[in-house]
Amino acid sequence: MSELRDQIENVIDSEDVALFMKGTPQLVMCGNSRRALEALRRAGAPVTAVDVLPDPRIRQELSAVSSWPTIPQVFVRGELVGGADIVEELAQNGELERTLTEKLGPDYRNAGAERVVAVA
Amino acid sequence: MAVDRLRGLLGQAFPDATELAVEDRTGGGDHFQVTVSSSRFDGLPLLEQHRLVNDALAAPLADGTIHELRIKTKGTQ
Repeated sequence: MSELRDQIENVIDSEDVALFMKGTPQLVMCGNSRRALEALRRAGAPVTAVDVLPDPRIRQELSAVSSWPTIPQVFVRGELVGGADIVEELAQNGELERTLTEKLGPDYRNAGAERVVAVA
Repeated sequence: MAVDRLRGLLGQAFPDATELAVEDRTGGGDHFQVTVSSSRFDGLPLLEQHRLVNDALAAPLADGTIHELRIKTKGTQ
């Protein structure tokens, strides 16, 4: 099992909200990654972001783990929520907040500031 | 043309589709919006609906034809 895959799985399993994106919250590099990030921010989610651009293997290993072919990918407590379309739709209809509350608890908004972690 | 290729792949995957649209969102030939209405989505969670579309477009997603994909799925109920 590749070391990189272990790190990716570790982020997915240990972070409340993991956002695998192109770029970072400070420098977003793709429209769909921006849509997912903004939807999560509107819901007050405690986002841990991972930039997939530094190494193409990150995306390959991630898609092998999630069997989801595109970026961004959002996980809440280890479970894939979806890409930009789904996360945005859930944010619009209030489902995202309900899922976050259900999985992370009612005070999930102050469960931690937005941060970036690297996998390599 | 990529739009026709995507429409063909979706047509095969959703032969009963009551709506099937592929739009080149930016005119650059690699940012697409696809909209599919099919009974195959009925009763499926949104994530699984989108998985069916991703599966149908696996080849153009893998070979870089699609740089950015937006998906809208609708059931028939």
